[in-house]
Amino acid sequence: MADTDPSQMKPRGRLYRIWDSDVAYSFRTSPVALVAGLVSLIIIFAAVFAPWLAPYNPYDPSQLNLMDGFTPPGELNQISGNVYWLGSDNLVRDVFSTILYGARISLFVGFMAVLFAMVLGITLGLIAGWRGGWVDSLLMRVADVQLSFPAILIALLIFGIARGFIPPAYRETMAIWVLIVAIGLSEWVNYARVVRGATMVEKNKEYIQAARVIGVHPARIMARHILPNVMGPVLVIATIGLALAIIAEATLSFLGVGVPPTQPSLGTLIRIGQQYLFSGEWWILLFPSLTLLALALSVNLLGDWLRDALNPRLR
Amino acid sequence: MTDALLQVQGLTRYFDVSKPWLNRVIERSEKQFLTATADVSFEIKRGETFALVGESGSGKSTIAKMIVALLEPSAGTIRFDGQTMNFQSSAAMRALRRRFQMIFQDPFASLNPRWHVGDIIAEPIRTFGLLRGAAVMREVGRLLDIVGLSSADAGKFPHEFSGGQRQRIAIARALSSKPEFIVCDEPTSALDVSVQAQILNLMRDLQDEFGLTYLLISHDLSVVRHMSNRIGVLYLGRLVEVADGKKLFTEPQHPYSRMLLDAVPDLALSGRRRAQVQGEIPNPISPPPGCAFHPRCPLAFDRCRAEVPQPTPPPGGEAACFALGRSG
Amino acid sequence: MAEPLLSVRDLVVEFPTRRGTLRAIDRVSFDLKEGEVLGMVGESGAGKSITGAAIIGLIEPPGRIAGGEVRLRGERIDNLPPDRMRRVRGRRIGKVFQDPLTSLNPLYTVARQLTETIRTHLDVNEKEARRRAIALLDRVGIPAAARRIDDYPHHFSGGMRQRVVIALALCAEPELVIADEPTTALDVSVQAQIIDVLKEICAERGAAVMLITHDMGVIAETADRVAVLYAGRLAEIGPVRDVIKEAEHPYTAGLMGSIPTLTQTSDRLVQIPGSMPRLNAIPTGCAFNPRCTKVFDRCRVERPDPIDRGSGRQVACWLYDRAEARHD
Repeated sequence: MADTDPSQMKPRGRLYRIWDSDVAYSFRTSPVALVAGLVSLIIIFAAVFAPWLAPYNPYDPSQLNLMDGFTPPGELNQISGNVYWLGSDNLVRDVFSTILYGARISLFVGFMAVLFAMVLGITLGLIAGWRGGWVDSLLMRVADVQLSFPAILIALLIFGIARGFIPPAYRETMAIWVLIVAIGLSEWVNYARVVRGATMVEKNKEYIQAARVIGVHPARIMARHILPNVMGPVLVIATIGLALAIIAEATLSFLGVGVPPTQPSLGTLIRIGQQYLFSGEWWILLFPSLTLLALALSVNLLGDWLRDALNPRLR
Repeated sequence: MTDALLQVQGLTRYFDVSKPWLNRVIERSEKQFLTATADVSFEIKRGETFALVGESGSGKSTIAKMIVALLEPSAGTIRFDGQTMNFQSSAAMRALRRRFQMIFQDPFASLNPRWHVGDIIAEPIRTFGLLRGAAVMREVGRLLDIVGLSSADAGKFPHEFSGGQRQRIAIARALSSKPEFIVCDEPTSALDVSVQAQILNLMRDLQDEFGLTYLLISHDLSVVRHMSNRIGVLYLGRLVEVADGKKLFTEPQHPYSRMLLDAVPDLALSGRRRAQVQGEIPNPISPPPGCAFHPRCPLAFDRCRAEVPQPTPPPGGEAACFALGRSG
Repeated sequence: MAEPLLSVRDLVVEFPTRRGTLRAIDRVSFDLKEGEVLGMVGESGAGKSITGAAIIGLIEPPGRIAGGEVRLRGERIDNLPPDRMRRVRGRRIGKVFQDPLTSLNPLYTVARQLTETIRTHLDVNEKEARRRAIALLDRVGIPAAARRIDDYPHHFSGGMRQRVVIALALCAEPELVIADEPTTALDVSVQAQIIDVLKEICAERGAAVMLITHDMGVIAETADRVAVLYAGRLAEIGPVRDVIKEAEHPYTAGLMGSIPTLTQTSDRLVQIPGSMPRLNAIPTGCAFNPRCTKVFDRCRVERPDPIDRGSGRQVACWLYDRAEARHD
């Protein structure tokens, strides 16, 4: 004799369940989230498919016409007859194409850095929260110390140290990976703290005790039981963290310690552009900056929305 | 071989409730310990329901956790079916773990919200490797059927069920490793009364069907009376009385047992005169010396303030009280 | 004819959600006479707490009173602007909540909270307010009240805190006290004390009490009349002895049978099959019809309104309709 609960409606498809979920509903009905989502999606799409979408390949010297430097946006170049939508830069590259390729690098660094920070932070956070005691104290004090430095300073430090270790011949190719590790290491603390806190709450819940009663291995409890239940707040931080990582990458590249100019990211483009701001070639600076702004802002807004949507108290 | 399935001897557990090391150094305070359970001994016979009653701070949940090996005792031994539990050896524990299970208080916290009901119930089966392949889900369906749900429920998530249904799922999980002994920690106190009746009836039916032995932890005397063969009364970590089922209700020995009975609201409107209940439970970090109950006890005398009474066996049960020997 | 102190007529409380509007309270009517203790029972989700919140104007938005009226001595209070409602609350209606910690401000001393409340509502000076506060604390059973009044809430134990909350609810000499699960968070042995204090002091001061609880035992010991709620509707209301001894509504009867008592002899508890419907799936006709053992066709179609059964008793069940009686 089962309880008769009329709310148990007929099972529907997985897609319908996702579409009907509270988070999806909150997304559908939030104009900010919709616009931010659309902008992020367009930029990500354009970056991923840059080789097919960009009119020029800025890395291919054979496509460059040396006469086309500094062509203003939308104007016909008097010598070559080429038109560049967003103008061309000092190295005769089409600004629109460099932005697409630049966003590709920025997003790649951003995603990889977030992934690195996330894996590191979640692992350490789970261990600290689960074990408690001195392990917890040690990890969290390290985190505290790191938090008392600005993230960008830490990234710079790591970047500097790494350069000392890597032979000059590999510096160009390794630069991106060094950047990813540097940004990732400066951001893991946020994940570790949140995961630790959530783990300490979850581990006292009875479903964890039920698994412990039957002797499930702690590593399995962490991975299968606790992890899925702490992913909500992690996703929020990851989204906002993506925006932070993209900005951090831009900052480092702007300072000249990031990706090399041969593979320009948005930050590199901005650094190049600001040299020409006062000589009247404003477009070289403006369009990469606007792209960075749109990307960081929309990802950030998405993160804010996600935080509210996952917070039951604000619903 | 004895007919006692579980024997608990001198079970004691301290908790370190000190402030963090740095605070202790700065504030020059000592380490503090809370005695959650002190020198508790009892045994549970095969097939019976033994209940532990007590209010907050009585240590009843601590005892339950030690018996299912979630907590290691500070002192004392637990023997399960003649075998002493060895908390150091995980291999030895593993063999024992299949034979006992636990049902928790809060059905909203005891099921992982991200797991399908089928996987929740199958977890013990998979952990102990009892079945494999399609047989696992067949068994899950059978278990769901036993607890009064349908096998189609295996594909749903816990939030799609009401509190009573969730507790049925928790019971199905507890049954899935085919245990002999189930610790039920306040199994119905989070449920409404009409649902409580369903769960209590189900627990009885399962006991009859599978020959289960229960340790029932509860603060609700009516539930305990309804379910149990024998009852232990706990106060501030000590067992003050162990009595046979209904006898506790007709002839309570220990003054605390009497007080607890007097505190139960009289639903029958019998106009039964009740003694006014006195005082509150002291802070377990600094319990009163001697018999912990003496500040609230109407029968207390000098000896109670100095010595801890040990259980004495009057006919039909045992109570740890000096006043009983004196008046009797 | 004497006007009732509190009169609730056809109260409807709704919570709009994106999946439609939920009716948490659906046309509930009852009266409360001066100095009377009315118990309000029901399972979780039955709407008993929301009824209390609606009366004192504390429904959390987006929930709202969507119909009916609440009158205090004939004056409508359900549509008062917030600042006038604040004056009714505290001065004329006191409240005691389940968790004493949420009713007391942890940053202020008990003295400050009591005297401020007294001086907000009554025209007395500081010294007199303090004198009254101490007298009241003493009356609710706080030892050494004159000294302890300057303590902060966290210095008090759970039971003592709830006594402070009762003093706070009564300090402005209200005509009505709404007590929402006042003892649920407390230990059994403390529960009885708090109920006794609440009952005595309200009787002394002539304040009526609306006692909201899920515990039938508490109602039996305390209330003069009892209202049983089911799925946001009134199932039965009447003198407590009648309702408990001879419940007329099949739901009340099932509820009473499902409670284990200290005197019952049978081995199995009566159980009501199923559980209370969620608010988004209340069946048509009588809300109880899918679980009712005495259901007939009319119950599935038409919703029964409370039917007068004499001696202040009303039952919302078609079994007691005259037209149905003729059929038999």
